Amino acid sequence: MIQRAIDGRETSAATAVKVRVSHLDVYYGSNHAIRDASLDIEENQVTALIGPSGCGKSTFIRAINRLHDLTPSARVSGKVELDDVDIYSRDVDPIVMRRRVGMVFQRPNPFPMSIYDNVAYGPRVNGERNASRIAVLVEDSLRHAALWDEVKDRLSESGVALSGGQQQRLCIARVLSLRPEVILMDEPASALDPIATAKIEELIAELREQYTVVIVTHSMAQAGRVSDRTAFFLNGSIVEAGPTNQIFTRPKERRTEDYITGRFG
Amino acid sequence: MIAGARLAASRRVSGLVGVILTGFCSALAAGLLILILGYVVVQGWGAINPAFLTQLPHPVGVSGGGVANGIVGTLIIVALAMLMAVPVGVLTGLYLAIYGRGLTAECVRFLAEVLSGVPSIAIGLFAYTILVQPFRHFSGLSAAFAFAILMLPLMIRTSEEAIRGVPTAIREGALALGLPDYGGVIHVVLPAARPLIVTGLLLAIARVTGETAPLLFTAFGSEFWELNPGNPMATLAMQIFKYAISPYDDWHRQAWGGALLLILAVLVLNVGARWALRGRAKRS
Repeated sequence: MIQRAIDGRETSAATAVKVRVSHLDVYYGSNHAIRDASLDIEENQVTALIGPSGCGKSTFIRAINRLHDLTPSARVSGKVELDDVDIYSRDVDPIVMRRRVGMVFQRPNPFPMSIYDNVAYGPRVNGERNASRIAVLVEDSLRHAALWDEVKDRLSESGVALSGGQQQRLCIARVLSLRPEVILMDEPASALDPIATAKIEELIAELREQYTVVIVTHSMAQAGRVSDRTAFFLNGSIVEAGPTNQIFTRPKERRTEDYITGRFG
Repeated sequence: MIAGARLAASRRVSGLVGVILTGFCSALAAGLLILILGYVVVQGWGAINPAFLTQLPHPVGVSGGGVANGIVGTLIIVALAMLMAVPVGVLTGLYLAIYGRGLTAECVRFLAEVLSGVPSIAIGLFAYTILVQPFRHFSGLSAAFAFAILMLPLMIRTSEEAIRGVPTAIREGALALGLPDYGGVIHVVLPAARPLIVTGLLLAIARVTGETAPLLFTAFGSEFWELNPGNPMATLAMQIFKYAISPYDDWHRQAWGGALLLILAVLVLNVGARWALRGRAKRS
C-alpha cells in the first residue's frame, strides 16, 4: 500500500499539483469500492485512469467532484485537495466547488432544452444575467468544443435531437461555459462511433492547454493517445501511476504489465 | 407414432379452441364499446344544436333549452380540482421518486393506492362533511375538492413514474454544473418528465369528468348561470342524471345529447394523452 502511494506521488518538478487525492476510501454500503487511493493530478496535464471494469475508476473520479453526495449509501473518507484545500472539509460549499470542477459523463446527458440554453444554463444559474455576455460565452464554449460550425444555424433546436457525438460535445461545451479549472471525463467516448471518438480526442488534446483534465477510459489505445500521465486501477486500488509512456513501456508493477499487454482485463 | 400423432392433433385442437375463445372475448369487449358509443351517437346526435350548447335549461313543460350552464360548471369544477390535485400530486410523486425512502415512502405509496380504490361516493360524502355541512350550502368548490381527491392517486403514480424515468445522469449533469440539487430537479428533471406528467393529468381529468356520485351532495346542481364556485353549480353529469330519470321525452333526448358531449370530451382527453406521449417518443 505504501509503495503504491509513493508511486502515485511521482511528480516532475516542472508542473504543479492541481488535485491531490490522499488515502481515499469510498464505500457503497458494505462494498469497499476504493481502497486507500492516493494520486497527484497535475495542472494542465491529461491524466488517464485505466483498469478493468468495476475496478473503481468511475467511483474515484466522482469523488473528485463530490457527486457521491447524491448517493445515500455512499461513504467517503480521506482527502481530496483542490489547490491545497480539502473539498470534503466543512468550510467548502460543494456547489461552489463543482463550478471549478466540471464533469463530462459516460452517456451524453444534454438537458431537455435548446442547444443554446444547454450551454447558457450553467452561467445563468450561477448568476449571469447579461444576455450579451451569455451569448459570447455560449459561442466561445461551442467553438472551443468544436461544435459551433455544426450548430450555429440551429441553436434553438433541442439539444436532444443532436447525434450522440454532437451531444457529447454539447455537454463538453456546457462544462466549458463555466470556465472550470478541472474537467473530469468518465469514459466520454465509450458510447460514440470511431469518428466521433476521434473528434473528442482531438478536443481533449486542445483542452489541456487551459484546463486540467482527468479522463477515465476503457481503451488503452485512447489512454496512450490522449494522456500525459496514467494511473492503473485494480480492485479499487491504484497499482501504479506515472508518465504515460513510462507506464506503457516500462511499468514497475507486474500486474500493470500484465494488464497493458492484454493478459487480463 | 399413432399416439404421437394423436397428441399433436389434440394440441392443435386445444390451440384452436384457445384462439377462438380469446378472439371471441376480445370481439365481445370491443363490440360492446362500439355498441355503446354508436347508441349514444345515434340517440344524442339529434339533441346537439347551437341552442343545446348555449342556452340554460328550460322549465318543465317548455321544450328546448340547453345545458350551457352544466358545461361551464363542469369546466370550472374540473379546473379547480386540477389546481388542487396537480401541485400536491406532482410534489408527492417527486418525493417518492427522488427523496422518499424506507417506511415513510412505502406508507405514502400504499395509502395512495388505497385512496385510488375508495368509492367515489364515499369521497363525495367526505367532501360534504367538511365543505358543505359547516357552510350550510352546496358549492362547486366542495365538488372540486372531491374531484381533486379522486385525481390525486393517479397524479401521484404517474408523476412518480415520469420522474423516475428521467435518467439520473441528467440530474448529476445539473449538479456538476454547480447547481443545488433542488435547482436541477426544478429546471431539468421536471421539464424532462413533463410530457408523461401531462399525460397522467389528462387521464386523471378524463377519469373525473364523468363522475356523478360525488356531485350529488357537493355541487348539487343549478338551473341558472353560476360562475361562483362558492354556490351550488350545474354540471353536465348531474344534468344527464336528472334528465334521464325524468318522464319527459324532450329531456330524455337532452340526456343522450349530454352523454354524447361527455364521451366526446373523454375521447379528446384520451387522444390528447396519446399525442403528448407520441411527441416524447419522437424526440428521444
